[in-house]
Amino acid sequence: MRFRTRTSPHMVPGHSVGHLMRQVLYALIPGTLAMAWFFGWGVLVNVVLSVLFAVMFEALMVKLRRRPVAVTLGDSSAVLAGWLFALAIPPLAPVWVLLVGTGFAIVVAKHLYGGLGYNPFNPAMVGYVVVLVSFPRELSLWPSPQGLMEGSFTLWQTLQTTLTGRLPEGLDWDAITRASPLDMMRESLVTGQTVGEVARSPVFGSFSQTEWEWAGNLFLLGGLWLLYRRVITWHIPVSMLLSLATIAGIFWVFDPDQFASPAFHVFSGAAIIGAFFIATDPVSAATTPLGRVLFGIGIGILTYVIRTWGGYPDGVAFAVLLMNMVAPTLDHYTRPRIFGHSGDGRG
Amino acid sequence: MQLHHFHGGLKLADHKAESTARPLLTLGVPKYLYVPLSQHIGAQTECTVQAGDRVAKGQRIGRAKDYICANVHAPTSGWIRGIVEHPVPHPSGLSAPCIKIETDGRDHWGDDRMEPWHDWRERDPRSLRERVRDAGIVGMGGAAFPTAVKLNPRPGKRIHTLVVNGAECEPYISCDDMLMRTYPEAILEGARIVAHTVGAERVLFAVEDNKPEALRALTDAMPSGEQDFLQIVSIPSVYPTGGERQLIKVLTGHEVPSAGLPADLGMVCHNTGTLKAIREAVVAGQPLISRIVTVTGPGIREPRNIEALIGTPFADLAAAAGGYMPDVDRLVMGGPMMGFAVGDDAVPIIKGTNCLLATRPQDAPQPGPVMPCIRCGECTRVCPANLLPQQMYWFAKSKDFDAIQDYGLFDCIECGCCAQVCPSNIPLVQYYRFAKQEIWGREKDRQKADLARERFEFRQQRQEREQREKAERLARKKAALGKKDSEAGDKKAVIEDAIERARAKKAAQSSEERPSKDRERADG
Repeated sequence: MRFRTRTSPHMVPGHSVGHLMRQVLYALIPGTLAMAWFFGWGVLVNVVLSVLFAVMFEALMVKLRRRPVAVTLGDSSAVLAGWLFALAIPPLAPVWVLLVGTGFAIVVAKHLYGGLGYNPFNPAMVGYVVVLVSFPRELSLWPSPQGLMEGSFTLWQTLQTTLTGRLPEGLDWDAITRASPLDMMRESLVTGQTVGEVARSPVFGSFSQTEWEWAGNLFLLGGLWLLYRRVITWHIPVSMLLSLATIAGIFWVFDPDQFASPAFHVFSGAAIIGAFFIATDPVSAATTPLGRVLFGIGIGILTYVIRTWGGYPDGVAFAVLLMNMVAPTLDHYTRPRIFGHSGDGRG
Repeated sequence: MQLHHFHGGLKLADHKAESTARPLLTLGVPKYLYVPLSQHIGAQTECTVQAGDRVAKGQRIGRAKDYICANVHAPTSGWIRGIVEHPVPHPSGLSAPCIKIETDGRDHWGDDRMEPWHDWRERDPRSLRERVRDAGIVGMGGAAFPTAVKLNPRPGKRIHTLVVNGAECEPYISCDDMLMRTYPEAILEGARIVAHTVGAERVLFAVEDNKPEALRALTDAMPSGEQDFLQIVSIPSVYPTGGERQLIKVLTGHEVPSAGLPADLGMVCHNTGTLKAIREAVVAGQPLISRIVTVTGPGIREPRNIEALIGTPFADLAAAAGGYMPDVDRLVMGGPMMGFAVGDDAVPIIKGTNCLLATRPQDAPQPGPVMPCIRCGECTRVCPANLLPQQMYWFAKSKDFDAIQDYGLFDCIECGCCAQVCPSNIPLVQYYRFAKQEIWGREKDRQKADLARERFEFRQQRQEREQREKAERLARKKAALGKKDSEAGDKKAVIEDAIERARAKKAAQSSEERPSKDRERADG
């Protein structure tokens, strides 16, 4: 009797890349819904449009590169990139911001480098940084929950705003937007207020602005679920958040009036989503266990430095991209000790 | 006993109960046996019989002609029907020389059967080693390395511990489990023989904790008063604990050096099946002519363990296990992680055949298309050698063989953990095998080239020397002539006289030559 010959292992294979990516997408759902709850339909509109654009660009590039389109789209990595990009964009940003950002992320940062697995930089963060430095005004208009309520923004009005770039009749940006906690902290410190005074502002919850805290908590929940499902390892999120909290703690203890608390830093801006969802992108991160720890520490420290002394209120995206640059070097110098070898494991 | 961990590994569903539920079956003698000449690591055995010869059971039919080689014996009595090219269990799927035996059904031992040594304790290690060598015993856990070599002491290395490997960590395989349940006394006696041979004062017998029956059988078979000498250790079931280096790490916490052997730690490690074979060779005078094979998998109707003669076709074993399920499509020799698929069930079982695994399409589906590596690091997490498989994959792909060796290619034991967990379906182990083959191939080419260059350089030197010697000889001659000339003086008359003489001689020569050349032409 004849049989087919195939290579080992002769078992049901483990999970696929698509499966891993979809786990990350599921983990994003609670945090995304929380953001939509506080910041309105705009969050969901951004997610849907960005994902749509990202998938479109991905299909286009794969077609141009003459690769199987269905297989590539099946890995869901474009969906994830689009989604992560959307979460960084203010909810009422005009549609062309989404188009430019996702286009740059997928076309330039991903496919011009060879597609999934070959991109040295995190595509979603490249897309975000491109629109951030190109369109600072559009990227700074974060609506406040109260503002949105006063304007009673419906889905229809949100779509109109996104597509036309103009607010509905009788509303202006000043009325509905508010500085994000990091912006607030930054500006208040510049104008001479102390950290304590900012934190006593009514919009602040225990550590940061209430709505950001909630979204952060739910993203944290998703991240912990990813850890539990072993989609990601602890190395990057733990080392990044710990290093951010540690360096913030050092300065805070030194001068609590001038420097925000570690908890504020961890629960504001993109720290949590960055730690669990962005820095953990395996393609552009370091890959050895120790390398990942150093990678996370680097992101934590750079985030703090950029937030505190840099030109932008948040620094996670820049920190991630900067550390992406050194990831191969980290891998080279942090090889684990091979079984049966002594010392640093060089063969 | 304090146990230790090795990095990585996988917890796999063991699927052993399917084949241990039925008792051990001894298969009868088939009509034809195909005994491959090469069943082990090392040189091919030299055939010592011819077509038409009559052979007795246990008679040597293949002679080890090298240090790392193993004798081959007739598994039963019958007639040699030729040395034929027959499919053998090898990943290449190619055929190899096999001794074809037509059996006579009498299973008759000849007169020159090896003498049973019940008094092996009185024998010196050298003769016990010779017995193991004569019996053609190889490692029966699958690797089939000639056992006598492992029993040989290495200069300056004292062996204090014998590790018995009863881990059997790969899913589905249960032949060692069944062996330990059925013949615990024989295995323990084999362990004592080996300990005596290598001079070990301690035996650590490791069995994975998913084999409680085997553990109980061994404990029951242990004579009281031997506790200080022989210790039966239940170890956690993690794949690949059965790897020699991993097992020693679990038992002792020590790592066998990368380029070294367990002997560097004063240890030697043998599989339970090997110990049983050693016991039979020494105490019963029986060479290695049969073994227990697990015939199992979802593609087999009645999975079970079967004791069969070496050379029995896979098909006979499958038939004895109730035959195949209708939709079977793959037959594997070995386990699901490290075994290889064979294309034809006419291939015979060999000394290293521990398992036949038959699967259906749904049990081992064709993995999806190979995706790019996303460097998720799952392979790093499970690698028992603590390597970076994802990095080694890049180097293998780009044929950067220096870098891949620097990253520990030759520390890879090809256990397959990385390939099993890879979400991109990359056949990682294949890449490492490819890289190893390439490196070995290049090494061989380099050696060949070195030899050729040495020969060429030697030839050049020789030619130069010869030329030089010739030139020197000429110079000497010239000098001698010149001396003579000067002695004769430079009188013009003398020279002219000489020239005249030479002319005359030349004229005489040419007149002689011409007719002879004409004659040659005429002959032609």
